[in-house]
Parts: sequence; structure tokens; C-alpha cells
Amino acid sequence: MKVRFWGTRGSIPVSITATDIRAKLIAALIASRDRAFHHRDDIEAFIDGLGFDVAGSFGGHSSCVQLITGHPEHVILDLGSGARPLGQAMLDHFGPGVPQTYHVFMSHLHWDHIMGFPFFAPVYIPGNRVVIHSCHRDVERAFRRQQAEPSFPVRFDQLAAEVRFEVHAPDTDINVAGMTARARLQQHSGDSYGWAFTAHGKRVVYATDSEHDVGNVQQRAEVIEFFRDADLVIFDAMYSLAESVSVKADWGHSSNVIGVELCQAAKVRQLMLFHHEPAHDDTRIAGILAETRRYEEISREDQPLEVFAAYDGLVHPL
Amino acid sequence: MQIIESPALSAPNGKSARVIVVSGRIDQSTADLFDKALKPFLDTCRNGEAPLIIDFSGVDYISSVGLRVLMLASRQVKSQSGRIAIAALTPVVAEVFQISRFNLVFQVFATPDAAAAALSV
Ligand SMILES: [Zn+2]
Ligand SMILES: [Zn+2]
Repeated sequence: MKVRFWGTRGSIPVSITATDIRAKLIAALIASRDRAFHHRDDIEAFIDGLGFDVAGSFGGHSSCVQLITGHPEHVILDLGSGARPLGQAMLDHFGPGVPQTYHVFMSHLHWDHIMGFPFFAPVYIPGNRVVIHSCHRDVERAFRRQQAEPSFPVRFDQLAAEVRFEVHAPDTDINVAGMTARARLQQHSGDSYGWAFTAHGKRVVYATDSEHDVGNVQQRAEVIEFFRDADLVIFDAMYSLAESVSVKADWGHSSNVIGVELCQAAKVRQLMLFHHEPAHDDTRIAGILAETRRYEEISREDQPLEVFAAYDGLVHPL
Repeated sequence: MQIIESPALSAPNGKSARVIVVSGRIDQSTADLFDKALKPFLDTCRNGEAPLIIDFSGVDYISSVGLRVLMLASRQVKSQSGRIAIAALTPVVAEVFQISRFNLVFQVFATPDAAAAALSV
């Protein structure tokens, strides 16, 4: 199984600016001083050594993740603005003449998680099937409303693909696209749900837009059970721990420190920091990743936990 | 985890500060104990009383639950118009404060003496 990240930013999409790119170029050119590049390979090797915050970017699309299991039906988690490039990639790969089935699992219905749907090109092509799985009873209303006048020029009823909504109960296994999926209620304004997926002996947990109440012993135990032995946990690490328990308490998000502690307690193999704060630039996110890896070392009791930071375009094999 | 009160420190201006020395690990298994042991010192840390300095030189590790106890402590003292500070973090605990950004929430001093001088004005 592979996990492909199409949108990794929290709350609102952001874009890299001319100022950001200029700063990256200056950093790269300073690092290249007194070096000779005879071949393209020399340049590539130099770029690879620069650090992702200088040579790359975490990107700015809001939440959209694809689980690639080899099953002919596709699996998508949330439809933030990253759903636009995902839809385009699907059309490029399969062509418009070959109908596809897409299963979408929704964490919740906040705008940053549904805004990509009207730009997900497969919904405009007859024959395609999109099944939206959610634990929110008003899921269909949320999708219809964002395309109603005066907010969008194409009404939901005008979509050519077959779009179906399936409302599920949490804490119950469902079998979709060769996988088992199970939802768990999370602490977030209007509720959100984490999803655990099992396929081919691998277990992936998608736990975004979730606050973890540090003093709540029972909640902690439930989360650890939900994360238990996962190969990968995709975790809302939008705030610092201090913010999440003080000025931003009750804002519905968590921190890198809590992600590490919960994953260590649940014996998770890999932690993926996700739903990055929109105010953070690449340097800041790279710094948070380095600090999170250090905290993992400091707090480790037995097996190591690998820590990564998701970025738009990342293909993460399990 | 253990808290022991050490002799009061006097600041250059002659006023004194109460000092408690914490030692051990403050994590999921000891945070409750830390909370309870801290409580009597917090209750008397109010307007007009001596400021409280928490000497962390014996703490090897603090996790999120321990930091939460410190945050609630600081809130309680603030509501009583008292004064509280943390001093003498070990290098690892200083890193945890930095990573969690609790260094931006608490007043942290290099030594109990520095804390006493700053708080007893
Ligand atoms: Zn969100
Ligand atoms: Zn949300």
C-alpha cells in the first residue's frame, strides 16, 4: 500500500510567494559558492543536499489524501483543494472514456475538507461513480450547499457522474475497495471522525482535525486503542503543544508533541505530521519536523517511531 | 517524582522567595502526584506572600501532562495575584520546553537566585 498526499495544509489553502522563492534561491546560491558544476548530475546531487525547505516546498493545498492499494476502485480521504490536481491526474492516467469508481472518506464537512469537490474533474464525466462515505448525517446537504447559488456556477444536480452518499455509524467495520475501514468520533467543532484502514496486512490511521485533551485519561486510552500498532498515523499537528492547551484550546486541533506521545504509547511505526498551519512557511515546517524527531528521541521508551511531515505530492510507501 | 522545599532565598532587596526542588520524571504515571504535591505551595502563593520558585534541576524529563500541570499552576497563581517562576532546567527539559513552546508561556530562569532577584522586586 502507498499513501499519496495531494493536500496537506490546514484550514485554508496557501500559496508560495515570490518573496519565498527569492529567499530559497538566495539560500541555494549562497550554499553553491566555490562549487563547480560540470554535469547535470552534479547539480542534482547539490540540490538533493540542500534540505527540503530550500530545494522544495510543503505546498499549500488543503486536505486530500489518496490510499493506493492496487484495487481497481480508488480511495480518497477528504476533498480539500488537493482534490483538483488529484482529479486531473486521474483523468490524465485513465482517460475520460474509462469510467472509474472513487470512494471518498470524509473526516468532517468543514470547508477546507470539501472545497475541492466542485473542481474534481471526474464528477463532470458521465459514467464515473463517486461514493462519499461519512459519519455526518448532513453530508449531502454540505456538498449540495457549496454548489448552490450564489456560491458556485454549476449546481450539484448538473454533475454528470453518479454521486452517492453513504452515512455510516462510527466504531463499525465497513468493507470498501478491498479494505476494512472504521471511524472514530474525534473532538472538533461540529464533530470530526478519524478513519482506520486495513488492507494487505497494513494499517493506516487518518486522524485529522482532532483535538486531544491532555488531561482526559479516558480519551487518551481510546485514541491509543484506535492507533494501536498502526503502520502509519496521519496526524493533525497544526499547533504547538503550548498553543493547543492555552490560547488555542478548544480550537479543535492538536500538536506534534501529542502526536509523538500517542503514537509511542500505541506502538505505531510511523507518524506523519499533517494539516500544517497556514501561517507557517517551509522553513518553519521543516524546523517543526526536526524538533518532532528530537522529541521522539527524548521521549522514546522502546521501539523508535519514524516521523515525517506530509507535503503536497509526497508518495509514501508502507 | 518528588518535591522538597529548600530554604527560602533572599533577593538583593532583602525580600525572600519560597523555593521547591522537583526531581525525577514527570510523565503520564507521575503527573497526578506532581499536581497533588504542588497544590499546597500554589494555595499559599498569592498577593502579598513570598513568590514561588520551582527549581527543576532534578527533573530528567517532562511530558505533555506535566507541562499541563505547570500551566494550570501558573493560571491559579495568576488568579491569586501571586508570582511564580521556574528555574534551572536540565538541558533535555529545556529542549522539551522549546519544542512544545512552553518557553513562551512560562518565565524560566537559569538559576533560583536569578528567579528570586527577578520576582522579588
Ligand atoms: Zn481542517
Ligand atoms: Zn475542521
